[in-house]
Amino acid sequence: MARTQQDYDDIPGTFVFDAERSREGFGINMFCMSLMKDDNRKAFKANEAEYLKKFRLTPEQTEAVLKRDYNRMLELGGNIYFTAKLGATDGHSFQHLAAVMTGASQQDYAAMMLGGGRSVEGNRSRSGKDKSAAKAKAGAKSASKAASASKPKSKSKSKSKPKSKSSAKRK
Amino acid sequence: MAKIIAGIGSSHVPAIGAALDNGKTEEPYWKRVFSGFEKSKEWMAKTKPDVAIVVYNDHASAFSVEMIPTFALGCAAEFPPADEGWGPRPVPVVKGHPALAAHIAQSVILDEFDLTIVNKMEVDHGLTVPMNLLFGQPKDAWPCPVIPLAVNVVMYPPPTGHRCYMLGKALRRAVESYPEDLKVVIFGTGGLSHQISGPRAGLINSKWDKSFLDNLSKDPKKLTRIPHLEYMREAGAEGIEMVMWLIMRGALDDKVDEVYRFYTVPASNTAVGHIILENARKASSTRKVAGKSKRGSAGKSRQAAARKSIHRIASKGTR
Repeated sequence: MARTQQDYDDIPGTFVFDAERSREGFGINMFCMSLMKDDNRKAFKANEAEYLKKFRLTPEQTEAVLKRDYNRMLELGGNIYFTAKLGATDGHSFQHLAAVMTGASQQDYAAMMLGGGRSVEGNRSRSGKDKSAAKAKAGAKSASKAASASKPKSKSKSKSKPKSKSSAKRK
Repeated sequence: MAKIIAGIGSSHVPAIGAALDNGKTEEPYWKRVFSGFEKSKEWMAKTKPDVAIVVYNDHASAFSVEMIPTFALGCAAEFPPADEGWGPRPVPVVKGHPALAAHIAQSVILDEFDLTIVNKMEVDHGLTVPMNLLFGQPKDAWPCPVIPLAVNVVMYPPPTGHRCYMLGKALRRAVESYPEDLKVVIFGTGGLSHQISGPRAGLINSKWDKSFLDNLSKDPKKLTRIPHLEYMREAGAEGIEMVMWLIMRGALDDKVDEVYRFYTVPASNTAVGHIILENARKASSTRKVAGKSKRGSAGKSRQAAARKSIHRIASKGTR
Protein backbone atom coordinates (compact mmCIF):
# COMPACT_ATOMS: atom_id res chain seq x y z
CA MET A 1 0.00 0.00 0.00
CA ALA A 2 1.29 3.39 -0.89
CA ARG A 3 2.16 5.71 1.91
CA THR A 4 -0.43 8.36 2.70
CA GLN A 5 0.92 11.79 1.80
CA GLN A 6 1.46 14.07 4.76
CA ASP A 7 2.12 17.80 4.95
CA TYR A 8 5.61 17.12 6.30
CA ASP A 9 6.52 15.04 3.25
CA ASP A 10 7.09 18.43 1.64
CA ILE A 11 10.20 18.96 3.78
CA PRO A 12 13.17 18.06 1.57
CA GLY A 13 15.70 15.43 2.58
CA THR A 14 13.63 14.30 5.54
CA PHE A 15 11.89 11.05 6.47
CA VAL A 16 9.62 11.78 9.40
CA PHE A 17 9.37 8.78 11.72
CA ASP A 18 5.60 8.79 12.10
CA ALA A 19 3.17 6.16 13.33
CA GLU A 20 3.00 4.53 9.92
CA ARG A 21 6.79 4.25 9.58
CA SER A 22 6.95 3.07 13.18
CA ARG A 23 4.62 0.21 12.27
CA GLU A 24 6.46 -0.59 9.09
CA GLY A 25 9.91 -0.34 10.62
CA PHE A 26 9.28 -2.24 13.83
CA GLY A 27 11.62 -5.05 12.76
CA ILE A 28 14.45 -2.73 11.73
CA ASN A 29 14.27 -0.84 15.00
CA MET A 30 14.04 -3.94 17.16
CA PHE A 31 17.02 -5.37 15.28
CA CYS A 32 18.99 -2.19 15.98
CA MET A 33 17.89 -2.28 19.62
CA SER A 34 19.26 -5.83 19.91
CA LEU A 35 22.70 -4.45 19.07
CA MET A 36 22.87 -2.93 22.54
CA LYS A 37 24.10 -6.34 23.71
CA ASP A 38 27.62 -7.41 22.92
CA ASP A 39 26.67 -11.05 22.27
CA ASN A 40 24.16 -9.92 19.68
CA ARG A 41 26.67 -7.64 18.02
CA LYS A 42 29.03 -10.56 17.66
CA ALA A 43 26.31 -12.85 16.30
CA PHE A 44 25.27 -10.21 13.79
CA LYS A 45 28.82 -9.61 12.64
CA ALA A 46 29.43 -13.35 12.27
CA ASN A 47 26.53 -13.80 9.83
CA GLU A 48 24.54 -10.68 9.08
CA ALA A 49 21.89 -12.13 6.78
CA GLU A 50 21.24 -15.06 9.09
CA TYR A 51 20.96 -12.84 12.15
CA LEU A 52 18.49 -10.54 10.41
CA LYS A 53 16.07 -13.41 9.77
CA LYS A 54 14.96 -13.25 13.40
CA PHE A 55 13.45 -9.84 12.86
CA ARG A 56 11.12 -10.54 9.93
CA LEU A 57 12.26 -7.69 7.76
CA THR A 58 10.95 -7.23 4.24
CA PRO A 59 13.46 -8.03 1.46
CA GLU A 60 13.87 -4.26 0.87
CA GLN A 61 14.59 -3.65 4.54
CA THR A 62 17.08 -6.52 4.67
CA GLU A 63 18.87 -5.17 1.63
CA ALA A 64 19.01 -1.66 3.09
CA VAL A 65 20.56 -2.98 6.31
CA LEU A 66 23.09 -5.21 4.57
CA LYS A 67 24.10 -2.39 2.24
CA ARG A 68 24.14 0.12 5.11
CA ASP A 69 21.87 2.37 3.09
CA TYR A 70 20.91 4.61 5.97
CA ASN A 71 18.53 6.85 4.09
CA ARG A 72 16.66 3.86 2.73
CA MET A 73 16.41 2.42 6.25
CA LEU A 74 14.79 5.67 7.38
CA GLU A 75 12.44 5.61 4.42
CA LEU A 76 11.40 2.05 5.27
CA GLY A 77 10.63 2.83 8.89
CA GLY A 78 13.96 2.90 10.66
CA ASN A 79 14.46 5.65 13.22
CA ILE A 80 17.75 7.49 13.48
CA TYR A 81 18.20 6.88 17.22
CA PHE A 82 17.94 3.16 16.46
CA THR A 83 19.91 2.98 13.21
CA ALA A 84 22.70 4.89 14.95
CA LYS A 85 23.25 1.72 16.99
CA LEU A 86 24.05 -0.13 13.77
CA GLY A 87 26.56 2.58 12.90
CA ALA A 88 28.13 2.23 16.34
CA THR A 89 28.32 -1.54 15.88
CA ASP A 90 30.31 -0.87 12.71
CA GLY A 91 32.60 1.36 14.76
CA HIS A 92 31.48 4.62 13.17
CA SER A 93 30.97 7.93 14.91
CA PHE A 94 27.61 9.59 14.58
CA GLN A 95 29.09 12.33 12.47
CA HIS A 96 30.26 9.69 10.02
CA LEU A 97 26.66 8.48 9.65
CA ALA A 98 25.38 12.00 9.25
CA ALA A 99 27.91 12.63 6.51
CA VAL A 100 26.93 9.39 4.75
CA MET A 101 23.25 10.34 4.83
CA THR A 102 23.98 13.75 3.35
CA GLY A 103 26.30 12.38 0.67
CA ALA A 104 29.23 14.46 1.92
CA SER A 105 32.65 13.41 3.13
CA GLN A 106 32.97 13.45 6.88
CA GLN A 107 35.51 16.24 6.60
CA ASP A 108 33.17 18.41 4.54
CA TYR A 109 30.26 17.67 6.82
CA ALA A 110 32.28 18.60 9.92
CA ALA A 111 33.40 21.80 8.22
CA MET A 112 29.79 22.66 7.39
CA MET A 113 28.79 22.23 11.04
CA LEU A 114 31.68 24.39 12.23
CA GLY A 115 30.61 26.99 9.72
CA GLY A 116 27.18 27.20 11.35
CA GLY A 117 25.45 24.17 9.89
CA ARG A 118 23.24 23.70 6.86
CA SER A 119 21.26 26.81 6.11
CA VAL A 120 17.50 26.54 6.17
CA GLU A 121 17.33 28.86 3.16
CA GLY A 122 16.43 26.78 0.16
CA ASN A 123 15.88 23.75 2.38
CA ARG A 124 12.41 24.38 3.68
CA SER A 125 10.15 22.96 1.06
CA ARG A 126 10.10 20.74 -2.00
CA SER A 127 7.13 22.50 -3.52
CA GLY A 128 8.02 26.02 -2.42
CA LYS A 129 4.46 26.29 -1.18
CA ASP A 130 5.24 26.54 2.50
CA LYS A 131 4.29 29.72 4.27
CA SER A 132 7.74 30.96 5.16
CA ALA A 133 9.02 30.45 1.61
CA ALA A 134 6.00 32.32 0.33
CA LYS A 135 6.66 35.09 2.80
CA ALA A 136 10.26 35.36 1.70
CA LYS A 137 9.10 35.57 -1.89
CA ALA A 138 6.63 38.31 -1.13
CA GLY A 139 9.38 40.22 0.64
CA ALA A 140 11.66 39.78 -2.35
CA LYS A 141 9.45 42.05 -4.41
CA SER A 142 10.05 45.00 -2.17
CA ALA A 143 13.51 44.32 -0.84
CA SER A 144 16.38 42.67 -2.64
CA LYS A 145 17.68 41.58 0.75
CA ALA A 146 15.01 38.94 1.03
CA ALA A 147 15.66 37.60 -2.44
CA SER A 148 18.54 35.46 -1.35
CA ALA A 149 16.35 33.98 1.33
CA SER A 150 14.11 32.18 -1.12
CA LYS A 151 16.97 30.94 -3.24
CA PRO A 152 18.94 27.83 -2.59
CA LYS A 153 22.45 27.64 -1.26
CA SER A 154 24.51 28.90 -4.17
CA LYS A 155 23.26 32.40 -3.81
CA SER A 156 23.37 32.69 -0.06
CA LYS A 157 26.86 31.30 -0.17
CA SER A 158 28.05 34.24 -2.19
CA LYS A 159 26.79 36.43 0.61
CA SER A 160 28.75 34.27 3.03
CA LYS A 161 25.70 34.02 5.20
CA PRO A 162 26.02 30.50 6.50
CA LYS A 163 29.57 31.14 7.65
CA SER A 164 28.66 34.02 9.86
CA LYS A 165 26.55 31.64 11.92
CA SER A 166 29.51 30.12 13.67
CA SER A 167 29.57 33.10 15.95
CA ALA A 168 25.84 32.91 16.29
CA LYS A 169 25.37 35.27 19.16
CA ARG A 170 28.07 37.86 18.82
CA LYS A 171 26.07 41.01 19.19
CA MET B 1 3.98 24.11 50.53
CA ALA B 2 6.29 23.08 47.71
CA LYS B 3 7.01 25.68 45.06
CA ILE B 4 8.51 25.81 41.59
CA ILE B 5 10.90 28.74 41.73
CA ALA B 6 12.74 28.59 38.43
CA GLY B 7 12.96 26.92 35.05
CA ILE B 8 16.05 25.90 33.13
CA GLY B 9 16.18 25.23 29.41
CA SER B 10 19.17 23.28 28.16
CA SER B 11 20.26 21.23 25.18
CA HIS B 12 21.16 17.63 25.95
CA VAL B 13 23.54 16.78 23.10
CA PRO B 14 25.13 13.35 23.74
CA ALA B 15 28.54 14.51 22.51
CA ILE B 16 28.62 16.97 25.43
CA GLY B 17 28.40 13.99 27.76
CA ALA B 18 31.11 12.19 25.84
CA ALA B 19 33.35 15.26 26.04
CA LEU B 20 32.86 15.36 29.83
CA ASP B 21 33.40 11.64 30.26
CA ASN B 22 36.55 11.62 28.13
CA GLY B 23 38.14 14.70 29.69
CA LYS B 24 37.88 16.93 26.61
CA THR B 25 36.40 19.95 28.34
CA GLU B 26 39.56 22.02 27.92
CA GLU B 27 39.76 21.54 24.15
CA PRO B 28 38.87 24.83 22.45
CA TYR B 29 35.87 23.35 20.63
CA TRP B 30 34.35 22.12 23.89
CA LYS B 31 35.54 24.99 26.03
CA ARG B 32 33.37 27.24 23.87
CA VAL B 33 30.38 25.12 24.90
CA PHE B 34 31.19 24.56 28.57
CA SER B 35 32.18 28.16 29.28
CA GLY B 36 28.57 29.08 28.63
CA PHE B 37 27.47 27.08 31.65
CA GLU B 38 29.92 28.38 34.26
CA LYS B 39 27.53 31.10 35.45
CA SER B 40 24.70 28.58 35.46
CA LYS B 41 26.54 26.29 37.80
CA GLU B 42 27.12 29.24 40.14
CA TRP B 43 23.44 30.07 39.94
CA MET B 44 22.47 26.50 40.71
CA ALA B 45 24.89 26.26 43.64
CA LYS B 46 23.33 29.40 45.07
CA THR B 47 19.75 28.35 44.36
CA LYS B 48 20.13 24.95 46.06
CA PRO B 49 16.87 23.35 44.97
CA ASP B 50 15.40 20.57 47.09
CA VAL B 51 14.09 18.73 44.04
CA ALA B 52 14.52 19.01 40.26
CA ILE B 53 11.89 17.90 37.78
CA VAL B 54 13.72 17.09 34.55
CA VAL B 55 11.68 17.00 31.35
CA TYR B 56 13.64 15.07 28.74
CA ASN B 57 13.33 12.37 26.15
CA ASP B 58 14.69 8.89 26.02
CA HIS B 59 16.74 7.95 22.95
CA ALA B 60 16.03 4.26 22.41
CA SER B 61 17.55 3.44 25.81
CA ALA B 62 14.76 2.80 28.33
CA PHE B 63 12.00 2.72 25.73
CA SER B 64 12.37 0.94 22.42
CA VAL B 65 9.55 0.82 19.87
CA GLU B 66 7.75 -1.77 22.01
CA MET B 67 6.16 0.92 24.13
CA ILE B 68 6.03 4.62 23.33
CA PRO B 69 4.47 6.57 26.19
CA THR B 70 3.75 10.20 25.41
CA PHE B 71 4.36 11.38 28.98
CA ALA B 72 6.10 9.04 31.42
CA LEU B 73 6.72 10.12 35.01
CA GLY B 74 9.59 8.50 36.89
CA CYS B 75 8.27 7.53 40.32
CA ALA B 76 11.11 5.20 41.35
CA ALA B 77 13.54 5.72 44.23
CA GLU B 78 16.47 5.69 41.83
CA PHE B 79 17.28 5.73 38.14
CA PRO B 80 20.57 4.16 37.04
CA PRO B 81 22.38 5.64 34.03
CA ALA B 82 21.63 3.60 30.89
CA ASP B 83 24.19 1.76 28.80
CA GLU B 84 23.91 3.57 25.48
CA GLY B 85 26.35 1.31 23.72
CA TRP B 86 29.60 2.44 25.33
CA GLY B 87 28.81 1.38 28.88
CA PRO B 88 26.76 3.52 31.29
CA ARG B 89 27.97 7.12 31.65
CA PRO B 90 30.23 7.48 34.71
CA VAL B 91 27.75 9.65 36.59
CA PRO B 92 26.08 9.02 39.94
CA VAL B 93 22.83 7.07 40.08
CA VAL B 94 19.98 9.57 39.90
CA LYS B 95 17.95 9.49 43.12
CA GLY B 96 14.24 10.07 42.74
CA HIS B 97 11.69 11.64 45.03
CA PRO B 98 9.03 8.92 45.08
CA ALA B 99 6.73 10.71 47.51
CA LEU B 100 6.49 13.92 45.51
CA ALA B 101 6.40 11.96 42.24
CA ALA B 102 3.44 9.89 43.46
CA HIS B 103 1.69 13.05 44.55
CA ILE B 104 2.33 14.66 41.17
CA ALA B 105 1.04 11.58 39.34
CA GLN B 106 -2.18 11.56 41.30
CA SER B 107 -2.74 15.28 40.99
CA VAL B 108 -1.87 15.56 37.28
CA ILE B 109 -3.95 12.55 36.20
CA LEU B 110 -6.99 13.91 38.02
CA ASP B 111 -6.17 17.18 36.26
CA GLU B 112 -6.82 15.25 33.02
CA PHE B 113 -3.25 14.54 31.89
CA ASP B 114 -3.00 10.78 31.49
CA LEU B 115 0.58 10.15 32.52
CA THR B 116 2.29 6.79 32.33
CA ILE B 117 3.77 5.83 35.70
CA VAL B 118 7.27 4.34 35.52
CA ASN B 119 8.55 2.55 38.59
CA LYS B 120 11.70 1.14 37.03
CA MET B 121 13.69 3.03 34.46
CA GLU B 122 17.21 3.78 33.35
CA VAL B 123 18.00 7.30 32.23
CA ASP B 124 20.19 8.27 29.28
CA HIS B 125 22.13 11.35 28.19
CA GLY B 126 18.86 13.21 27.63
CA LEU B 127 18.61 13.56 31.39
CA THR B 128 22.19 13.29 32.62
CA VAL B 129 23.84 15.80 30.26
CA PRO B 130 21.77 18.79 31.42
CA MET B 131 22.37 17.64 35.01
CA ASN B 132 26.13 17.80 34.40
CA LEU B 133 25.86 21.20 32.77
CA LEU B 134 24.04 22.66 35.77
CA PHE B 135 25.35 20.59 38.69
CA GLY B 136 28.87 19.85 37.42
CA GLN B 137 30.41 16.42 37.79
CA PRO B 138 29.81 15.19 41.35
CA LYS B 139 31.53 11.89 42.05
CA ASP B 140 29.20 10.13 44.48
CA ALA B 141 25.81 11.78 44.43
CA TRP B 142 23.83 14.48 42.68
CA PRO B 143 23.06 17.39 45.00
CA CYS B 144 19.29 16.88 44.90
CA PRO B 145 16.66 14.26 44.08
CA VAL B 146 15.24 14.27 40.58
CA ILE B 147 11.85 13.45 39.12
CA PRO B 148 12.28 12.48 35.47
CA LEU B 149 9.47 13.23 33.04
CA ALA B 150 10.13 11.45 29.76
CA VAL B 151 8.29 12.81 26.71
CA ASN B 152 7.95 11.01 23.41
CA VAL B 153 9.53 13.20 20.77
CA VAL B 154 11.04 10.30 18.83
CA MET B 155 7.92 9.05 17.07
CA TYR B 156 5.77 11.60 15.33
CA PRO B 157 3.59 13.09 16.60
CA PRO B 158 4.99 14.29 19.90
CA PRO B 159 2.48 16.10 22.11
CA THR B 160 1.66 19.58 20.80
CA GLY B 161 3.40 22.61 22.21
CA HIS B 162 0.11 23.74 23.69
CA ARG B 163 -0.43 20.40 25.41
CA CYS B 164 3.08 20.60 26.84
CA TYR B 165 2.51 24.11 28.11
CA MET B 166 -0.73 23.08 29.79
CA LEU B 167 0.96 20.06 31.35
CA GLY B 168 3.48 22.47 32.84
CA LYS B 169 0.61 24.32 34.48
CA ALA B 170 -0.80 21.06 35.85
CA LEU B 171 2.63 20.14 37.22
CA ARG B 172 2.78 23.44 38.99
CA ARG B 173 -0.64 22.92 40.57
CA ALA B 174 0.51 19.48 41.67
CA VAL B 175 3.72 20.77 43.23
CA GLU B 176 1.93 23.61 44.98
CA SER B 177 -0.53 21.22 46.58
CA TYR B 178 2.27 19.21 48.18
CA PRO B 179 2.36 20.01 51.90
CA GLU B 180 6.11 19.88 52.52
CA ASP B 181 8.14 23.05 52.02
CA LEU B 182 10.30 22.26 49.02
CA LYS B 183 12.14 24.46 46.56
CA VAL B 184 11.63 22.91 43.14
CA VAL B 185 13.27 23.74 39.83
CA ILE B 186 12.14 22.37 36.50
CA PHE B 187 14.29 21.58 33.47
CA GLY B 188 13.12 21.60 29.88
CA THR B 189 15.76 19.91 27.76
CA GLY B 190 16.62 19.15 24.14
CA GLY B 191 17.10 21.26 21.03
CA LEU B 192 17.75 23.74 19.82
CA SER B 193 17.62 23.52 16.03
CA HIS B 194 19.11 20.35 14.64
CA GLN B 195 18.46 17.59 12.18
CA ILE B 196 20.47 14.41 12.46
CA SER B 197 18.59 12.22 9.99
CA GLY B 198 18.40 12.02 6.22
CA PRO B 199 19.96 14.09 3.45
CA ARG B 200 19.03 17.36 5.20
CA ALA B 201 21.07 16.43 8.32
CA GLY B 202 23.14 19.27 9.71
CA LEU B 203 20.40 21.87 9.51
CA ILE B 204 20.77 24.74 11.98
CA ASN B 205 18.53 27.80 12.15
CA SER B 206 19.97 30.32 14.58
CA LYS B 207 17.47 33.00 13.70
CA TRP B 208 14.58 30.73 14.56
CA ASP B 209 16.29 29.61 17.76
CA LYS B 210 16.78 33.19 18.90
CA SER B 211 13.17 34.01 18.30
CA PHE B 212 12.18 30.87 20.23
CA LEU B 213 14.29 31.93 23.22
CA ASP B 214 12.95 35.50 23.07
CA ASN B 215 9.37 34.31 23.05
CA LEU B 216 10.06 31.74 25.74
CA SER B 217 10.85 34.63 28.05
CA LYS B 218 8.32 37.18 26.94
CA ASP B 219 5.47 35.57 25.07
CA PRO B 220 5.36 31.80 25.58
CA LYS B 221 1.72 31.62 24.50
CA LYS B 222 2.88 32.55 21.03
CA LEU B 223 5.12 29.49 21.03
CA THR B 224 2.23 27.24 21.99
CA ARG B 225 0.68 27.98 18.61
CA ILE B 226 3.65 26.75 16.56
CA PRO B 227 2.53 23.69 14.58
CA HIS B 228 4.73 20.61 14.44
CA LEU B 229 5.30 21.17 10.73
CA GLU B 230 6.98 24.48 11.47
CA TYR B 231 9.30 22.99 14.11
CA MET B 232 10.44 20.32 11.65
CA ARG B 233 10.75 22.66 8.69
CA GLU B 234 12.51 25.49 10.51
CA ALA B 235 14.37 23.77 13.35
CA GLY B 236 14.99 20.35 11.79
CA ALA B 237 13.23 17.00 12.06
CA GLU B 238 14.74 16.36 15.49
CA GLY B 239 14.42 20.01 16.53
CA ILE B 240 10.77 19.24 17.24
CA GLU B 241 11.93 18.14 20.70
CA MET B 242 11.91 21.81 21.65
CA VAL B 243 8.26 21.33 22.63
CA MET B 244 9.65 19.95 25.89
CA TRP B 245 10.84 23.42 26.86
CA LEU B 246 7.20 24.49 26.92
CA ILE B 247 6.42 22.10 29.79
CA MET B 248 9.07 23.90 31.81
CA ARG B 249 7.73 27.30 30.74
CA GLY B 250 4.13 26.37 31.55
CA ALA B 251 5.16 25.55 35.11
CA LEU B 252 6.39 29.13 35.68
CA ASP B 253 4.60 32.43 36.16
CA ASP B 254 3.34 34.22 33.04
CA LYS B 255 5.91 36.91 33.73
CA VAL B 256 9.42 35.74 34.48
CA ASP B 257 12.89 37.23 34.78
CA GLU B 258 15.35 35.89 32.30
CA VAL B 259 18.48 35.69 34.42
CA TYR B 260 20.76 34.00 31.94
CA ARG B 261 21.02 32.91 28.33
CA PHE B 262 23.64 31.18 26.26
CA TYR B 263 23.70 30.07 22.65
CA THR B 264 26.39 28.57 20.50
CA VAL B 265 26.73 26.57 17.27
CA PRO B 266 27.60 23.75 17.03
CA ALA B 267 28.01 20.95 19.50
CA SER B 268 28.38 17.98 17.22
CA ASN B 269 25.30 18.36 14.95
CA THR B 270 23.26 20.64 17.14
CA ALA B 271 22.73 24.26 18.15
CA VAL B 272 23.22 24.57 21.90
CA GLY B 273 20.71 26.74 23.71
CA HIS B 274 20.39 27.48 27.40
CA ILE B 275 18.22 29.79 29.46
CA ILE B 276 17.39 30.33 33.12
CA LEU B 277 14.04 31.85 34.02
CA GLU B 278 12.93 32.82 37.50
CA ASN B 279 9.46 33.57 38.68
CA ALA B 280 9.53 37.34 38.90
CA ARG B 281 8.45 37.75 42.49
CA LYS B 282 11.34 35.59 43.61
CA ALA B 283 13.86 37.35 41.45
CA SER B 284 15.43 39.82 43.84
CA SER B 285 17.09 37.20 46.00
CA THR B 286 19.00 35.19 43.44
CA ARG B 287 19.47 37.41 40.45
CA LYS B 288 23.08 38.31 41.14
CA VAL B 289 24.38 35.79 38.66
CA ALA B 290 23.62 37.93 35.66
CA GLY B 291 25.79 40.66 37.10
CA LYS B 292 23.08 42.81 38.58
CA SER B 293 21.27 42.86 41.85
CA LYS B 294 19.48 46.20 41.92
CA ARG B 295 16.02 46.14 43.33
CA GLY B 296 13.24 48.56 42.86
CA SER B 297 13.11 49.17 39.12
CA ALA B 298 10.23 46.82 38.57
CA GLY B 299 8.82 45.26 35.45
CA LYS B 300 10.04 45.90 31.99
CA SER B 301 13.13 47.99 32.64
CA ARG B 302 14.41 45.41 35.06
CA GLN B 303 13.94 42.67 32.53
CA ALA B 304 15.54 44.71 29.80
CA ALA B 305 18.58 45.38 31.96
CA ALA B 306 18.81 41.74 32.88
CA ARG B 307 18.72 40.80 29.23
CA LYS B 308 21.49 43.21 28.42
CA SER B 309 23.86 41.60 30.87
CA ILE B 310 22.74 38.21 29.65
CA HIS B 311 23.72 39.06 26.12
CA ARG B 312 27.08 40.15 27.33
CA ILE B 313 27.62 36.78 28.96
CA ALA B 314 26.27 34.94 25.95
CA SER B 315 28.62 36.63 23.53
CA LYS B 316 31.53 35.94 25.81
CA GLY B 317 30.66 32.29 25.66
CA THR B 318 30.56 31.99 21.91
CA ARG B 319 33.97 33.37 21.12
